[in-house]
Amino acid sequence: MVQSTQEVQKREALHPIETERTRMRKVFVPAVDIYETKDKIVLNADVPGGDEKSVNITLEKNVLTITVEVEPIDYPGYTASHVEYDTGDYQRSFTISDEVDQNNIEATVKNGVLKVTMHKSEKAKVKTIPIKTE
Amino acid sequence: MFGRTYWRLGQDPFQELHQLQRGMDRLFSNMRDTLAVGEYPAINALTGKESVILTAELPGINPDKLNIAVQNDTLSISGSRDIDALKEGEVYHRQERSHGQFSRTIKLPFNANPEKVDASYKKGILSITLQRSEADKPKKIAIKSE
Repeated sequence: MVQSTQEVQKREALHPIETERTRMRKVFVPAVDIYETKDKIVLNADVPGGDEKSVNITLEKNVLTITVEVEPIDYPGYTASHVEYDTGDYQRSFTISDEVDQNNIEATVKNGVLKVTMHKSEKAKVKTIPIKTE
Repeated sequence: MFGRTYWRLGQDPFQELHQLQRGMDRLFSNMRDTLAVGEYPAINALTGKESVILTAELPGINPDKLNIAVQNDTLSISGSRDIDALKEGEVYHRQERSHGQFSRTIKLPFNANPEKVDASYKKGILSITLQRSEADKPKKIAIKSE
């Protein structure tokens, strides 16, 4: 797999949030892919351990914030003997441009990947102007 | 009159360098075994009485394309992770998620029973439960009194 160490390791959030947290939990910055198609912008975020109940997406003004509260899985009768990754919450914010229709944002979670589909507003869509011949 | 010739005939002048290199290789290979820096996926292990649970964060994987093989005390996981394919004219603004083939082999603390391997994939987390094989379990030796 072509990737460097930094990409493999989970990135811990530097300043998770401005307000004090009530949960004593590590906060990670999820890795994301963002791509743009003709009529939408799609964001895919890796949030292993997150499901539709634990993912929270808020949109305030132009800032889209993803918060995932991951409950650590408990294995009674077992003790951790080798730890390579840490479990914690995920949080990341994105500034969205005006071209996104804020009332038309969909989100799904599947296999620990959060997909946020932001549809472009009508006025932002590329219009082709037909040229008439005289 | 002449000082002692350091390199005798027939002796590799780089022998010491080679020795040093071998030493370094050994040092780093040991580190890889214990720390496994940069290995994908990262694996956590939980040990029970006669079993071990391995967990790995593998978001966005088709579990049908995941291969798990157990042989004696070796477990190997391999698969691939795909990202959304783009059509013409579409562009990735940001690409942080890793994709492509991966495989990892790890050594278990015991010989596992290949018949009793239980794997599940939920919320992007793979967990594999392995049982110690009967033949591998320590045997209690009864002491007879005369």
